[in-house]
Amino acid sequence: MPTINFTLNGKPVSLNTDPTRRFLDVLREELTLTGPKEGCGEGECGACAVLIDGHITNSCILPLGNVSGREVMTIEGYRETKRYRVLEEAYIAEGAVQCGICIPGMIIASESLLAHNPHPTDDDIRIGLSGNLCRCTGYNMIVRAVKRAATRGKGLW
Amino acid sequence: MVSHVIPKTYAEALTVLKAGNHRVIAGGTDMMVRHRAWAGLPPLFDKPVLFAFTLSELKYVKEDEQVICIGAMTDLETLLHHERTPALLRQVIAIMASPAIRYVSTLAGNIVNASPAADSLLALYALDAQVVLESTSGKRILSIEKTIVGPGKTVLHDDEMVAEIRIPKTRFTHTMFRKVGGRRADAITKIGFVGCATVNEGIIRDLRLVFNAVAPVVVREKSVEALHVGHSVKNVLSDTDTLMHHYSEHIKPIDDQRSNQHYRKEAALRLARHFLDTLA
Ligand SMILES: Cc1cc2nc3c(=O)[nH]c(=O)nc-3n(C[C@H](O)[C@H](O)[C@H](O)COP(=O)(O)OP(=O)(O)OC[C@H]3O[C@@H](n4cnc5c(N)ncnc54)[C@H](O)[C@@H]3O)c2cc1C
Ligand code: FES
Ligand code: FES
Repeated sequence: MPTINFTLNGKPVSLNTDPTRRFLDVLREELTLTGPKEGCGEGECGACAVLIDGHITNSCILPLGNVSGREVMTIEGYRETKRYRVLEEAYIAEGAVQCGICIPGMIIASESLLAHNPHPTDDDIRIGLSGNLCRCTGYNMIVRAVKRAATRGKGLW
Repeated sequence: MVSHVIPKTYAEALTVLKAGNHRVIAGGTDMMVRHRAWAGLPPLFDKPVLFAFTLSELKYVKEDEQVICIGAMTDLETLLHHERTPALLRQVIAIMASPAIRYVSTLAGNIVNASPAADSLLALYALDAQVVLESTSGKRILSIEKTIVGPGKTVLHDDEMVAEIRIPKTRFTHTMFRKVGGRRADAITKIGFVGCATVNEGIIRDLRLVFNAVAPVVVREKSVEALHVGHSVKNVLSDTDTLMHHYSEHIKPIDDQRSNQHYRKEAALRLARHFLDTLA
């Protein structure tokens, strides 16, 4: 079994386990990070999203082996950042959270989008969040929340 | 026991593959879904896995005067924003999956997965892409048509992997891409079409029509295209029925959960006809 080293929320991790395991399972079961959720389990809903080297990735179809040498941030690490606080305020202010299960993924998608495009149009936001499904909100409030965060978080992204 | 390998270098990867006992995994967006087991359990692969996605030697986009060369582990999101990516390929990648999938999926994976509905293949067939296959015994360079031989089937040997995709630089006066899907993101295509043409003083100098999800492999009939090159747009438009008749022999779609034969065939032929109309 190859040893897999990577950085998780800023700390080095070294694991000796099957590299074909789904990264989502490793996070939730081995590393007890339960922020990433399992929705579809096949890459379609974004509930399991994490940041790998700053880019959104669905951990339910990511084999652990592909994380080797990379920097991973989950919602647990991201919530310690200033950018998170701006997104949190914006999501609350716009009423963008209902049951909440999609929200860790939505926040990760919002961060990945804003990091690459700090001044997104409505269309850019819809494209940036196109891999994240929400059964509750109907999306408009989420789009508004990302817009609000982009405006209020000036200079952070 | 043969086990999974995370190679440090490309040379090491080829050496591991030499015995023919490993399966290459790139981003895993096809493989992890296809071999999925119950939640909590690792997927079930038929062979030990060689993890290639972290090989930085295979992440590049280079060009010379004639060709753009794309390293096999370059992710689709990078290609989407890369200035050297041909415009047509960029247009196709833009509607593939979602950002989260594009950051970890590859053209090589889309090629070797060889789905008749794969989107990037539309552009790769239209642009006469070539695939560089490599093993410890050397390289083979094949056209995309020669690489894919059936649904899910390629001519890759067990000890080979895709190293690079080469795309000749070509200019067209007209291009069109349409994907008919259930929704705008994350949709598997019902039928897709790419048309490319160069028209000069009313004469068709180059014509390429490519269809996916309408036959076991992507359809591009160079012999039918050749019949129309050198003719005036006017002539071709005055008799599109003959051209459509030629294609109707090659467009043999199936019924599945996404669409049916009749719709697929009708939509494919209408898109082609619409493209021809735009040449006038
Ligand atoms: C939610 C979702 C949405 C999707 N949407 C689309 C879409 O819109 N359009 C579309 O066309 N596809 C789509 N796909 C399918 C998939 O993302 C693509 O086919 C992608 O290009 C596969 O690349 P990969 O690197 O993940 O391949 P992998 O899954 O790693 O590999 C696929 C196959 O290729 C082989 N392989 C990969 N690289 C090499 C290499 N260098 N040498 C030899 N063999 C190799 C593997 O052994 C395997 O057989 C989607 C998938 C998901 C999960
Ligand atoms: S659980 Fe991973 S994308 Fe749905
Ligand atoms: S808030 Fe319930 S799924 Fe999005």
